[in-house]
Amino acid sequence: MWTNRQAFRNGIRDGIPIALGYFAVAFTLGIVAKSAGFTAVSAAIVSATNLASAGQYAGFTLVRDNAAYIEMAIMILVTNARYMLMSSALSQKFDPSTPFFHRLLVGYGVTDEIFGISIGVPGKLNPLYPYGALLVAVPGWTLGTFFGVVMGNILPGRVVSALSVGLYGMFIAIIIPPSRKSKVILGLTSISMVLSALFTYMPLISGIPSGFRVILLTVAISAAASILFPIKDDPYHADDHATDAIPDETHQKDTIRSTDHEA
Amino acid sequence: MKHNIYVYMIIMAAVTYLIRVLPLTLIRKEIKNNFVRSFLYYVPYVTLSVMTFPAIIEATNSPAAGVVAFIVAILLAWFGAGLLQVSVLACVTVYIIELFL
Repeated sequence: MWTNRQAFRNGIRDGIPIALGYFAVAFTLGIVAKSAGFTAVSAAIVSATNLASAGQYAGFTLVRDNAAYIEMAIMILVTNARYMLMSSALSQKFDPSTPFFHRLLVGYGVTDEIFGISIGVPGKLNPLYPYGALLVAVPGWTLGTFFGVVMGNILPGRVVSALSVGLYGMFIAIIIPPSRKSKVILGLTSISMVLSALFTYMPLISGIPSGFRVILLTVAISAAASILFPIKDDPYHADDHATDAIPDETHQKDTIRSTDHEA
Repeated sequence: MKHNIYVYMIIMAAVTYLIRVLPLTLIRKEIKNNFVRSFLYYVPYVTLSVMTFPAIIEATNSPAAGVVAFIVAILLAWFGAGLLQVSVLACVTVYIIELFL
């Protein structure tokens, strides 16, 4: 385990590329927030308190649709469900002697990326490592959202139209690499998109509100897949797949390991 | 009835935080139930797929640009482009196509 100073410094170092990526993605999220009626400050507060791209996107669209509060709660639960698995895995990385309040603080910052670099740390996790990463990543995410709302006002419609696919591009970058590796996931993502289109355009069922459509399809398809194709590998391994989308991932883990050897 | 935006914001923050902090504080042992583990493993892929398509086609000014951006993004991600690259190039694709429409 690193000294506190080392852990914090390494965290900041590894958080910088994450912060840059966050800024760009959060910018497109800000455009969505604006379309849902959020001010720049409100949207930035949502970003600072959520740190969740898919969850926030879903949340913003529900605000736009004036959905019921319970619908919002279920939607956030479903779109952010993967963090449960990550937090479960991360709880194993804590040294038993680490004070309890660190679990409350680290829990705030469990994102795909922060989880990815934290789980890659050799040995037990010094909480100062994710704190260092969050120190730069959270401002990147929050400011990106803020400027997305503000600049969305200034930018020409053509540019806004182009930027509006940015978030979907990121979602695609997350789901495609594992789809390439696993036939099951490839089948799942394909079926999910086909059914989603069906539920969006087919008469009668197209009347289902978009929020519930996402929840319904997610729970039904994921449950069916869990029964038909239960995973065999351990959650740590499974989570590696989820973070494969970040190209710097393995490189960062290697860097962390080599630094550890020197230390 | 128009719902209060601040109540929405509190729900979003509270649910998201609880999802992350409860496993960290309560479940000290690894999840053993295979159905639960499988379900949590598959959820992100399914929900991101459902949210991406066909929404990406409806997000742009012209649906055709959305379709092309969708295909371009899939190809880029398939051949190893990262998060930021795919995201930016999808935007560039829409911009270029809509110049000609």
